[in-house]
Amino acid sequence: MEATKSTAAAAAQSTKKKKVSPYMVFSTIVIILLAIAFAFPLYWIITGSFKTQVSINATTPEWWPSEWIMTNYGKLFSRQKAPLWEFAVPFSSRFSADGKDIIWWSGPQVPAAIRWLINTVFMAVTSMILTCITSAMAGYALAKKRFVGRSVLFTLIVCAMALPKQVILIPLLREMSGLQLYNTIWAVIFPIVGWPFGVFLMKQFSEGIPGEMLEAARIDGASEATTFTRIALPIIKPGIGALAIFTFINSWNDYFMQLIMLSSTSKLTISLGIAKLQAENSTDYGLIMAGAALAAVPIIIVFLAFQKYFTKGITMGAVKG
Amino acid sequence: MAISAAKKKTAQPAMSRALVRQETIAGYLFLLPSLVFFLGFVIYPMVMCVFTSFFDSTMNRADVFVGLQNYIELFQDSVFLGALRNTLIIVVVSVPITCIFSLWVASAIVNMPSWATSIFRVIFYLPVVTGSVAVTVVWKWMFNNYYGIFNYIGKTMGVLDQNINWLGDSKYALGCIILILLTTSVGQPIVLYVSALGNVDQSLVEAAEVDGATKLQAFWKIKWPQIMPTTLYILVITTINSFQCFALIQLLTSGGPNHATDTIMYYIYYTAFKLYRYGYGNAMGVILALMIALLSAVQFKVTQSD
Repeated sequence: MEATKSTAAAAAQSTKKKKVSPYMVFSTIVIILLAIAFAFPLYWIITGSFKTQVSINATTPEWWPSEWIMTNYGKLFSRQKAPLWEFAVPFSSRFSADGKDIIWWSGPQVPAAIRWLINTVFMAVTSMILTCITSAMAGYALAKKRFVGRSVLFTLIVCAMALPKQVILIPLLREMSGLQLYNTIWAVIFPIVGWPFGVFLMKQFSEGIPGEMLEAARIDGASEATTFTRIALPIIKPGIGALAIFTFINSWNDYFMQLIMLSSTSKLTISLGIAKLQAENSTDYGLIMAGAALAAVPIIIVFLAFQKYFTKGITMGAVKG
Repeated sequence: MAISAAKKKTAQPAMSRALVRQETIAGYLFLLPSLVFFLGFVIYPMVMCVFTSFFDSTMNRADVFVGLQNYIELFQDSVFLGALRNTLIIVVVSVPITCIFSLWVASAIVNMPSWATSIFRVIFYLPVVTGSVAVTVVWKWMFNNYYGIFNYIGKTMGVLDQNINWLGDSKYALGCIILILLTTSVGQPIVLYVSALGNVDQSLVEAAEVDGATKLQAFWKIKWPQIMPTTLYILVITTINSFQCFALIQLLTSGGPNHATDTIMYYIYYTAFKLYRYGYGNAMGVILALMIALLSAVQFKVTQSD
């Protein structure tokens, strides 16, 4: 199958190669130039983070750093400190004297940027796991179960998806304060998990589960849970992979939710930390680029590693959308 | 969608009442975890947003019912009207450019060898993955008055005779924001168009070419109708994205200079976190949501009738 496909593609390519029009040459050159322009900001972040103050502030830009230094990273790491981890007594802010959480175990002091990275990874991974579990279950139910209220619920999900989530920021903020979740990472995670795109995506994937297999499992006396884990899950696995990587990258970069929900230094995410850094040292571009590199490089590596699943997730969401 | 669901329902054999009940219970049990988050953190805040928009609401004080007062005030508020205008400018400029640009890039790269297609797809997606904060801070540096590369390139090429304060000048600031927004919003449409163009029935295109159709004719008559659903989806997501353009503005200009780059999204944030007027901010949220719903409906109608 694969072989015939690739030979067919190769054949198509060879026929195309024969007639190279001037337009194609032109468009290829323009695309290459555009690609360079699109990659440039990232290049500028990474090289900028290793540049000296002098070359950063040069009026004639240094396209390639004349001298590579680590000072910017040194400054970034020595600037602020935060404990590596903190575990609070649950709900302790309700009865503590100053209204803050009572910490029963906190880690050694480390550079705050490290803590921000840990917070971000925790946030993205937790959002990813919760979203995948809840969406897979809900998508399966919406696609394969017939029950009262199903179509109403699905309409509600599609409508909610079309609205920008930032519209609800004020009520969400007050709700989180009411739940004592303000300035905790959960205030960022829960709205991500609630966002119905995942359910929608998993419903599309679950449509492909053959009804006969579910029927057969039921006749064999399998419970609902067993049917789901043994039959549905293996079939929708590629979909879950796509959703996982999609949620991970999107939640990593979901600056807005983080900005309104988190405030104290040890609770920040890396994006938010860099934004604060920029607000406080608006002219020290070397330091800011070091922070930006620290925020961008890990997520880009994740993206490059799982690029195929990611593309699939984007396209699957659009099909039948 | 609804029609196909209904068809499926009738096609299925009638189930016994006990089975229906069992299915309903199982269905809701599977939905439960997701529903808790969806209803709790999406639907409930949405309802509260509409509800509170009829109140004068701030910190540490009980809400006072004011009826439509917030909405009336909105349309007399020159800052809001300016923000509305800027938002519409951003949407009207960036949505068509994003769609046309990404369609062009996609059709140029889709016929390349597959490794080249995938490299270009990744590169055009990079600004999205890099994250709004990292992208914004580097652009801020590139636009800098004294040591930004834009002024340098402009001057070396002889386009500019003196440094321009791109982000501090109300003539240019909004344009700069739209430019950055464009680079961060074409990634997804390109991926979608590449996959849609790849799925176009190639035999139809070849048949048309045999019959003497030009490349352009083949595109409009055969490919364009087939990628129409993708175009609709791209229009809707790009519109939503442009409406909620926020990080760029907050980090680059904070709505300045002199409210020249305020958008509704930024003004909601400003109202809530600087003025602490929650009811007023919610009224803006409702207006924004209505505008997006209306625009999506119009786009849907227009593209469906074609």
